[in-house]
Amino acid sequence: MRIAGQKLTGKLAAIYVTVILITIIMLLPFAWMLSASLKLSSEVFVFPIEWIPSNPQWQNYVDIWTKIPLALFIYNTSKLTIIVTLMQLFTSSFAAYAFAKLDFPYKNALFLGYIATIAMPWQVYMVPQFLLMREFGLNNTHLALICLQAFTAFGVFLMRQFYMSIPTELCEAARIDGMNEYQIWAKIMLPLSKPALSTLTIFTFVTTWNDFLGPMIYLTKTELKTIQIGLRMFISQYSAEYGLIMAASVVALIPVLIVFLSLQRFFVEGVASSGLKG
Amino acid sequence: MANSTIAAGDTPVVTRRRKVVSRRRRRVQDALVAYSFIAPNFLGFAVFTLGPILFAFVLAFMHWDGSNAMTFAGLDNFWRLFEDKAFIDAFWNTIIYTVVSVPATLACALGLAILLNQKILGRDFFRTAMFFPYVASLVAVAVVWNMIFNPEMGPVNMLLYTLGLDPKDMPGWAADRHWAMVTVILFGVWKSMGYFMVIYLAGLQGINSELYEAADLDGANAWQKFLYVTVPQLGPTTFFVTVMLTIQSFKVFDQIYMITQGGPGTSTLVLVYHIYNEAFVSWDLGYSSMIALVLFFLVLGITVIQFRRQKED
Repeated sequence: MRIAGQKLTGKLAAIYVTVILITIIMLLPFAWMLSASLKLSSEVFVFPIEWIPSNPQWQNYVDIWTKIPLALFIYNTSKLTIIVTLMQLFTSSFAAYAFAKLDFPYKNALFLGYIATIAMPWQVYMVPQFLLMREFGLNNTHLALICLQAFTAFGVFLMRQFYMSIPTELCEAARIDGMNEYQIWAKIMLPLSKPALSTLTIFTFVTTWNDFLGPMIYLTKTELKTIQIGLRMFISQYSAEYGLIMAASVVALIPVLIVFLSLQRFFVEGVASSGLKG
Repeated sequence: MANSTIAAGDTPVVTRRRKVVSRRRRRVQDALVAYSFIAPNFLGFAVFTLGPILFAFVLAFMHWDGSNAMTFAGLDNFWRLFEDKAFIDAFWNTIIYTVVSVPATLACALGLAILLNQKILGRDFFRTAMFFPYVASLVAVAVVWNMIFNPEMGPVNMLLYTLGLDPKDMPGWAADRHWAMVTVILFGVWKSMGYFMVIYLAGLQGINSELYEAADLDGANAWQKFLYVTVPQLGPTTFFVTVMLTIQSFKVFDQIYMITQGGPGTSTLVLVYHIYNEAFVSWDLGYSSMIALVLFFLVLGITVIQFRRQKED
């Protein structure tokens, strides 16, 4: 017997068994979540586990929208995530172009300022940052979270590393053709940097969508909450409604799953390359 | 200057001066264009990141509750660290979390990478599956974790019960002083090993296959090849992964907030949790910034070691 063009040896069989077992363990919590989301709360903990509910409670997926403003939470999170991602892409790739391809006074000093903060955990300055935002009157606004996440050193660094690998001759040729720097950025650099832009998109999307501590500190009004802290509020309010909690959790996972699956090729490449250069 | 006197011989002085002026104007213009590229990001970065960082260093030496006047505290906040039992617990818990979860995640990530570097059917699917917990929303998976590890009704303990374990010896997981840290660490390893697997996969693909062929010629078995080719060749990757994981472990918060709330008692209280409590529960902003500085110096220490090592390589 042959699998993927290889003879099925004992060793190969052992690899398959191990890989499949590990995959099952990795995905088991998700399977349990999905299965529990279709059960009555009283059935969730029945053992042995009934993986495919005999009496699926599709009603759970209807009820969650009325029990908590889940749609509003999703809207808030999507709004924040899209704005932050777009701003991050624009400002990072814009700044990175100057750092990679232009010469100007204090270039190295400014870049060092970025690099020095890459390793600085946000948790070190989250408190003074909160106090500053409060001073600006941004407490309990989405703008605070946008300001917090849209201008990262990581984005500039990632884009700059990628731009460095694009030959400078391309820019020079474009300058001779009469393009100005903004046109070179828009018409030459951006189209060439799709892999880096995708990586940054996924990183930003996932971090913003899943951010927990930021929204928890800044957003105390229910109508402003994101899906993460909204879900958390739901859990503390209806702690025994296991089926509903699981249904809401499944809903919260779906957008990330879609983005991840559609861009995962870039993601894996991005992690691998930015990871090693980091 | 010497050049310009020579040049003065064949170009009229006026045009030369105009050229110098236009060159300078050109340079200023170029710099302005460059700054206009940087400005949108840098302004936001300076106001919302650099500013707060500087403020954090000032705040650590102040007393402030956020509403009354700020007063200078000198080293009060620093000395308080040594008397604050919760801080000492948080510090050691962070170290324990790091010392256990870093090697565990690293070993799992390396193992997975080696398995999934083989030519097997559905490899991309398996890789994606391993990676997925990393991107999955923490709140959602942490709830599942709490339910699966529920001491009374959760499937894990039910399984242990079926296997014949006495209910008295059953681990209480998140509700048990001795098991809470284990529960949190297991969660952390499960969630992030896929990410580091991808970094290891990239490292494995960078190893020259001739090295393995040479080892084959020398009659090395699989274990020897792993020990004498793979491990040394992955040295830089392992180092990088260790640093990333260590920094990540020092910052751990979300999963602890969701799974154990730092408890029972202080058994899973970590530094960031303590910073959060002191700032947003007690409104002791100066002291919380002092704890943040401890976190900063821990991370800085790791980063400095990283730079030294990279220079040696």
